Amino acid sequence: MHYMQVPSQVEYERATSVEHALSLLSRPDTRVVAGGHSLIPMMKLRLAQPGMLVDINGLTELAYIRLAGGQLCIGALARHADLLDSAVAGELFPIFHDAERVMADPIVRLWGTVGGSLCQADPSEDLSAVFAAVRATAVIRGQDGDRLVPVREFHLGPYETVIGPGELLAEVRVPIQPGTGSAYQKVSRRTGDWSVAAAGAALRVGEGGNHEPVISSAGLGLTAVGAEHFVAAEAEAFLAGQPPDEASFGRAGAIAAQHCHPVADQRGPEDYKRHLVAELTTRALRRAWSRASRARAGRPS
Amino acid sequence: MTMRVAVTVNGTEYARDVEPRLLLIHFLRDELGLTGSHWGCDTSNCGSCVVWLDARPVKSCTVLAAMADGRSVRTVEGLEQDGRLDPVQEGFIQCHGLQCGFCTSGMMMTARWLLDHHPDPDEAEIREVISGQICRCTGYENIVRSIRWAAKHSRQDDEEAAG
Repeated sequence: MHYMQVPSQVEYERATSVEHALSLLSRPDTRVVAGGHSLIPMMKLRLAQPGMLVDINGLTELAYIRLAGGQLCIGALARHADLLDSAVAGELFPIFHDAERVMADPIVRLWGTVGGSLCQADPSEDLSAVFAAVRATAVIRGQDGDRLVPVREFHLGPYETVIGPGELLAEVRVPIQPGTGSAYQKVSRRTGDWSVAAAGAALRVGEGGNHEPVISSAGLGLTAVGAEHFVAAEAEAFLAGQPPDEASFGRAGAIAAQHCHPVADQRGPEDYKRHLVAELTTRALRRAWSRASRARAGRPS
Repeated sequence: MTMRVAVTVNGTEYARDVEPRLLLIHFLRDELGLTGSHWGCDTSNCGSCVVWLDARPVKSCTVLAAMADGRSVRTVEGLEQDGRLDPVQEGFIQCHGLQCGFCTSGMMMTARWLLDHHPDPDEAEIREVISGQICRCTGYENIVRSIRWAAKHSRQDDEEAAG
């Protein structure tokens, strides 16, 4: 039979426990498969040629979204559809629902996992920018226990993460801070496509000396535009201490656009992508502030 | 290098020795002869290959047959029950929900899943759930009408059964 696209030969093992998965993953040519919706297409194109796949779909102990220790804890095997359906995640961090609504399509979201999105480390991936904006922490499990890595240090470059042989991403933790609002804004060529550019904002607002609102900290994530670790660091630094107003948001957008590194491709030229970064950053900040101020007023966001 | 893969498809268990790299769509079509599911773009974009894996729709060009081992699959061949078409199939006939038919089995499997969870979806919900599936003939209008027809007539069936 003549198939157009077939992965190269690969061994397959189904993990029966996290310990079993870690043991299988100690072989250096293995890859974890969960949803498989990025990895299997890459295997067909020979962009990935693992010697062995370790299927973790049976590890339901990693499929959860819950509150613990003042943090939102998302198991690596939580599906995109689970995150989109989670009322607690949407209430605390509307940025997750903003992003999940515009990622892939409903059928793919039933299978693709939160952990898989981060580990795939695609430079145009949406959740990487979202987790960068909310300053999440990755919990990486190894045979000697867990190590915690800020998501902002998780990606080493395109398709590369800090996860080593014998390790597995187990959970992503997001610190919950009162007075925070968040939002995600994305432009893609068509429904379900990768971003041309996208920006996520998490804004924490306190009070200044005259009881006027002041930004205490801002998290800004960018995707598809070559931002180092998916972060707009210079714009974040500018925003701290500024009033949450149109002038600040516009200036932050301009700074983010100036400091990212988009490349021209079939999704658009560089100047267009910089324009999008400026506009989407400003819009994400505007919406994040609107949600933060509603939360401050005690109304549901 | 092969492995034994046993899958329950439409209630019948099948076991085959296959390479671990074999995709579920090819397992269904070429190993089992169930050619109702179509092999389209091969990149999980078009949705022609949608089947159910453990009661949830999946693009079967992006799943290994090995990943379905020990699980259950439902294909378009399993929509008809006891010689009676599913209301979704009847809706596609009544509302001309297909022209060439290539996308139809995937569309119907997604539609059945939608109606099982949302018996009365509005047009926006229908368009959202099929947004990862491509039809080049109908402009989607008749597909949406077909699914609405099925929703209406599924409810009537339930009411008759209850009455």
